[in-house]
Amino acid sequence: MDLRFTDAKPTDEERAAVDACLGAPEVGWEGGERTAEELRWARGGHAARARRDQLLPALHAVNDRVGWISEGALDYVCRRLTVPPAEGYGVASFYAMFALRPRPARVLHVCTDLACAARGSAALTGALAELLGPPGGAAGGVRWQPSPCLGLCERAPAALAIQAGEQGPQAHGTDAADLADPVDPAHPANLTGSVGPAGVAGTTDAVHPPYRTGPVDRSGLTGPADPRGRVDRAGLTGPAHPTGSASPATAADEAHPAHPAGAHAPAGSADAETAPYCTAVVGPATAGTAELAAVAPCAAPEEPPAAAAVPQAGQDGLVLLRRIGRVDPADLDDYRAQGGYSALRRAFALGPAGVIREVLDAGLVGRGGAAFPTGRKWEATAGRPERTHYLVCNADESEPGTFKDRVLMEGDPYALVEAMTIAGYAVGAHRGYLYLRGEYPRALRRMAHAIGRARARGLLGPDVLGQGYAFDIEIRRGAGAYICGEETAIFNSIEGLRGEPRSKPPFPVERGLFGRPTAVNNVETLVNVLPILERGAAAYASVGTAQSTGTKLFCVSGTVRRPGVYELPFGASLRELVELSGGVPEGRRLRAVLLGGAAGAFVRPDELDIPLTFEGTRAAGATLGSGVVLLLDDTVELPRTLLRIAEFFRDESCGQCVPCRVGTVRQEEALHRIKDLTGAAAAGDIALLREVGAAMRDASICGLGQTAWNAVESAIDRLGVYAGALPGSGPAAGTPADPVDGGVR
Amino acid sequence: MTAIPLQLPRRLVEFTLDGQEVRAPEGATVLDACRAAGTEVPTLCHGDTLTPKNACRVCVVEVEGARTLAPACSRKVEPGMRVRTGSERVRHSRKLVLELLASSTDLSTTPHVAGWIREYGADPDRFGPEAATRAGREAKVDNDLYVRDYAKCIMCYKCVDACGDQWQNTFAIAVAGRGFDNTISVEHDAPLTDSACVYCGNCIEVCPTGALSFKTEFDMRAAGTWDEAAQTETTTICAYCGVGCNLTLHVQGEEIVKVTSPHDNPVTHGNLCVKGRFGFQHVQNRE
Repeated sequence: MDLRFTDAKPTDEERAAVDACLGAPEVGWEGGERTAEELRWARGGHAARARRDQLLPALHAVNDRVGWISEGALDYVCRRLTVPPAEGYGVASFYAMFALRPRPARVLHVCTDLACAARGSAALTGALAELLGPPGGAAGGVRWQPSPCLGLCERAPAALAIQAGEQGPQAHGTDAADLADPVDPAHPANLTGSVGPAGVAGTTDAVHPPYRTGPVDRSGLTGPADPRGRVDRAGLTGPAHPTGSASPATAADEAHPAHPAGAHAPAGSADAETAPYCTAVVGPATAGTAELAAVAPCAAPEEPPAAAAVPQAGQDGLVLLRRIGRVDPADLDDYRAQGGYSALRRAFALGPAGVIREVLDAGLVGRGGAAFPTGRKWEATAGRPERTHYLVCNADESEPGTFKDRVLMEGDPYALVEAMTIAGYAVGAHRGYLYLRGEYPRALRRMAHAIGRARARGLLGPDVLGQGYAFDIEIRRGAGAYICGEETAIFNSIEGLRGEPRSKPPFPVERGLFGRPTAVNNVETLVNVLPILERGAAAYASVGTAQSTGTKLFCVSGTVRRPGVYELPFGASLRELVELSGGVPEGRRLRAVLLGGAAGAFVRPDELDIPLTFEGTRAAGATLGSGVVLLLDDTVELPRTLLRIAEFFRDESCGQCVPCRVGTVRQEEALHRIKDLTGAAAAGDIALLREVGAAMRDASICGLGQTAWNAVESAIDRLGVYAGALPGSGPAAGTPADPVDGGVR
Repeated sequence: MTAIPLQLPRRLVEFTLDGQEVRAPEGATVLDACRAAGTEVPTLCHGDTLTPKNACRVCVVEVEGARTLAPACSRKVEPGMRVRTGSERVRHSRKLVLELLASSTDLSTTPHVAGWIREYGADPDRFGPEAATRAGREAKVDNDLYVRDYAKCIMCYKCVDACGDQWQNTFAIAVAGRGFDNTISVEHDAPLTDSACVYCGNCIEVCPTGALSFKTEFDMRAAGTWDEAAQTETTTICAYCGVGCNLTLHVQGEEIVKVTSPHDNPVTHGNLCVKGRFGFQHVQNRE
């Protein structure tokens, strides 16, 4: 490959950031100092090009350090990796988190998606516009911008502040494990203790739903309700702040949350050049707290623990969530003390074929939305004669309203490490990639830490548990692209290409990552493998229904009293879940429930008896999708909600195929035209929407385009949004959404 | 002497096409089989010298039992499959794809498309006058040889594939941006003259819409003097070097206005270098 580069040079800072990620350049041919000797030979060929998959990590390194990717920096990255600059530009411009024009080091992403919109994100953005000027500006060294769902729906309206600087998560390469992460120092016993015996109840006890009065703080940021003092600032404290050294929380800590950041970047210091990389999550956010976090993210109050997103935390009877809030997410010994790594031992006793047999017998199907039988996927991958097999864990959780995978990774990270090891063993892979959403800074810290610890203890590496099986996990960070959660787009993204879906066939089990047989599974799916092996397939399958076995995580958000992740056995009704979550606030009336996220379907309040199973929702013309249960009360303007869904798909379409690229735009235009219309005035555009929707569903390459019209269609047909009057009790006529299209992944 | 590679005889696959039993060689695409059977299937992003990208979706057909429609250009025939090319679903999707494209792109120089729009009853104007379109984009005229008029670009990826690993291995252009705002671009949207472009013009050769065109053609169209009916095509052999590429000279009046190469030519497969493609001025220099 004879590449041509521009004369743009990286700054020292950009060069240092790239070199920290990729290592120092060995020769002049890849961007180092050129010697006279090197003019006598050329470096190229497959070896030079084989590092293309480092493109995304290298771009992250620059973006994390400087806040944007300059021409010189992109040129240097391309030189280092032998990537044509035009392709490097094409990749960098694909992702929403990368900027190719100068921007401030501090960026505030304000979620305006469904769950946050239902809880006042419009007021938040309005107030922010008054404080900081219009979105996209650079007032006071801060840029704020609206964002698609940040996966913080239980704390809606939420915002994520990112400050570019030194010591970003990519600073030591993607394998850096013990990345200066003190994780949660607070002892988990604190939490379970504070729930109190009243909180310990059966998971399906819908009559008296357990209601946590203690630790869940949704009222504000530094409210005294959170009993846990927090000193967790990744990237700031460094390894000198070992896990567990923090003293147990006291109420006094709350008044002045301890922040070691003070020594590095005092609030108001405009010296962003020497500031460390750090992130802050604000939720529920006000304009004031969001601005504060944006200006000084290092000094922002710490997030509540992952267990705060799990109203059932600490209860008996939980399966997937059983350790959330009970286990110290940083402590491998604690994980093992609570049953960790017994599933992996059982897996080694069964052998790969035995593991697959158990998973098949358990009837496990994928939890990412498509509900494909996991055992069959593994069997097909394991049976391929080509060697090197790969495992990819899809943690690019971006379906609006979904945050279960984040809670699992933040609250019980070792469970995913163990589950990935088992999956890798079953399919014959020696390397697993964890493709993690770019907007999940804490999940990244926790997973990186857990992987590092597991490696240090021989639970990952050349000889896992002394069984002669080699397996390791590499984290790859997404950069703001919903489409990368599609099972083939995720491969392209990891390989350093634009995250566009591939056409199928060939399927991933035949030709997946790097063209090799690959099993790609969602986080929740993988974590289900632990109880299957611990308890046996029969015990696992005894929970739930015949076709939907086990338990399911539901992400309850919107206008609901107790939003969060709930775990219920398959077969519970939507009504039970709604009651468990407290339903809509007092004095409001439930208007609709969105099942399955933006790619899912709306159901009416009189349809709450739908059983929450794959077959039950399918029969009702809806879908479980990724487990989104978004409650909307009568104060929510549904046409605006539909418009937001359409905007989401327009923004997130990769642009590869015509039906989706242009169809999502036409859908949004039509919904915009009829946002205040009903009846005959809207009929023409609704007919147009149906035609465009049918073509998107039939002719798009991937699930994004195929499902982009589902929710809008169900709102028209089942809710009668544009009918003029509220629909009667009977179901509206219309075509039910295609259940197989449950979700993009 | 040209070496003609002999392949092993391929087995024939039997399947049903629009109710007729047909046979196609194993590995053939549905599109190949349709064309062999005389069934018309519209295509835009399909190129006879390129690996199908199946991005435009205008060639979709219905495969019985499949949840969605399949692109004929890349779906391989399988024994026993039942394919319908004229069903209501197929016609609807093709019509919508044409409407979506024609409402968002300038298709005025795209061959065949006007006929398909009539055939499928497409009405691109029904999305209203406010419908977002790229048709207003300014053409990029930044060199003397060819013009990039991205108002006419349907994002078929063919130029990128021809420039990249499928033919030229120059990698001067790539798809940049995302969604409706995506575009074909060199790095940082720089002028072509600052890019890796070697002006082989192989992107022009594969462009299905006229978004990429010779500067001569672009200027003559602007002046209203471009008249394809009055052009003759003469295929000859390039005299610049010893490779022996076939050149097809498109001549209007006494002037060479464009140079292509036959796609079935075993030497070029339609590809040329800058000399064969653009080095024709000396032929008609009369001073």
